[in-house]
Amino acid sequence: MNDKNKIITGLIIFIVIITFPFWYNMGKASPVPEPKLTDKAKAAKECVEPKEYMKVEHMQILDIWRDSVVREADRVYINEKGKKFNMSLSTGDDSCMGCHSNKADFCDKCHDYASVRPYCWDCHIEPPKEKK
Amino acid sequence: MKNSRRSFLKLAGISALGLGAKPVLNAFASSDEHGPEIFPNQEALTAKRWAMVIDTRKFESEEDFEPIVAACHKIHNVPKLKEKRHKIDWIWIDDFKHVFTYQEHEFLDDRVKHLPFLVLCNHCEKPACVRACPTRATFKREDGIVLMDFHRCIGCRFCMAACPYGSRSFNFRDPRPFVEEENKEFPTRMKGVVEKCNFCAERLAVGKMPACVEASNGAIVVGDLHDPDSNVRDLLKNNYTIRRKPYLGAGPAIYYIV
Repeated sequence: MNDKNKIITGLIIFIVIITFPFWYNMGKASPVPEPKLTDKAKAAKECVEPKEYMKVEHMQILDIWRDSVVREADRVYINEKGKKFNMSLSTGDDSCMGCHSNKADFCDKCHDYASVRPYCWDCHIEPPKEKK
Repeated sequence: MKNSRRSFLKLAGISALGLGAKPVLNAFASSDEHGPEIFPNQEALTAKRWAMVIDTRKFESEEDFEPIVAACHKIHNVPKLKEKRHKIDWIWIDDFKHVFTYQEHEFLDDRVKHLPFLVLCNHCEKPACVRACPTRATFKREDGIVLMDFHRCIGCRFCMAACPYGSRSFNFRDPRPFVEEENKEFPTRMKGVVEKCNFCAERLAVGKMPACVEASNGAIVVGDLHDPDSNVRDLLKNNYTIRRKPYLGAGPAIYYIV
């Protein structure tokens, strides 16, 4: 072990460089965004399923709905409480976007934070931007 | 405990019974719960086998077809692309000799010779496009409609090569800027996706007739081919009809009264 010093210095430099992003960004993490609800969504109180379920599973619901509508032509969803819903992302006032018409504040906020880029809007037509 | 063959068999028998009973008990347990349920729309128009009859005697010139093509393309956000290679059509018109290949001859009567014919996806009984599709994006519904799930299309264009009627178009460019008037009720497509006539499945599902039927003033009729009393069967019974390229065996569901 003639080069003990060199090796240890090298190792320290290596570790500092590797961990640089962690300590450089320490304490700077942006807060978890809270999606904003439209007045219509607030008035409805509950979505298709309970809030917690929707938070975690909305993509699964969308996936099931898409297959059911496109492939089976089944378009009516009745939840556990017996409430009826028109299974559609963006068609009509009783679709997902009919209620959550604030895409920028509702969808994009969390999707941007989590760095997910769903390609729904390449084809589906976004609800018109809310007038302010 | 002394293990005999007898006691071993007893034990095995009881465990097998237990294992067999579990799914039964599960089924009983789950029948009490009320999970979410999915149903078809009650107003939906249904058929065992959808078919279309086009009465070409009710058309005279190209102008007669314009409102029909326009209605379909407007409702489905079909882009208007000028360049021929990029063109996208769900329904369009063509000459007899191109539509009914091998059925034309030199001395065809004047009316048929110069009359344009309306062409669209034939919603075949044995659709070649469905067999060619590697992702099952194109599929045949139980009621005979050959549909596309645009979400799953990867744009390989095998279906376009397979379709003997040229019913499919490919989005070589992003179609959004070329949609003149967006219909908010129907999505557009994206670049790299194949598209074609969907027999207005989205309209049938809410109890409406296909757009071309509504715009045709009775020249186009759709109905159930398997119902002997249906309007299409009535027309087929009382008129001589032809289909496109019947010798291929695809079994097209679009009939033409000539």
